[in-house]
Amino acid sequence: MKLGRIVGTLVTPVQHPAYDGKRLLAVRPIDPDGNESADRMFIAVDRAQAGIGDVVLLMAEGSSVREVLGEADAPIRCAVVGVVDEVELEGETMYPAG
Amino acid sequence: MFLARVIGRVVTTQTYPGLTGERFLIVSPLDEHGAACADTLVACDVAQSGIGDTVHVCDGREATLALDETFVPIDATVVGHVEQFAHESADGDP
Repeated sequence: MKLGRIVGTLVTPVQHPAYDGKRLLAVRPIDPDGNESADRMFIAVDRAQAGIGDVVLLMAEGSSVREVLGEADAPIRCAVVGVVDEVELEGETMYPAG
Repeated sequence: MFLARVIGRVVTTQTYPGLTGERFLIVSPLDEHGAACADTLVACDVAQSGIGDTVHVCDGREATLALDETFVPIDATVVGHVEQFAHESADGDP
């Protein structure tokens, strides 16, 4: 799993039926210190009622995501599975800042 | 899964048997500002996309699950046509 920040939402009127009724979010992976990591932006299905600006847990691993969704045959690879309240790294609180 | 723009099309006359009739597009991955951010790749299409469209691409093993034949040598499929991308600083098309 990765840490990420929601940077956008998507509207996709024409899509594979597996995505019907699911919210799509644009997620930019971040390092634990809050800086953007070198990873490129992911699109993920929302399973945590996350919104723009939220720091989230991103599953970007494939079969485990299909298991979470309970859809073994869905062409879905990434899902947002949690909204992060706090990140602590080596005894220091990195998020929320300050 | 990532955001991309369709920049081209690939026509094949001889393919692996399970890929007969599939459409192939050349897509360029985009970042949140709509700028190309990685090397282009070829993707199958199930969202009736055309050149210039902003699309949602599923990669990896899951790419084949969007197709009728799910055990084929495909690692990227266009699964959605993006009409709007609401960005944290501005709304609208990427």
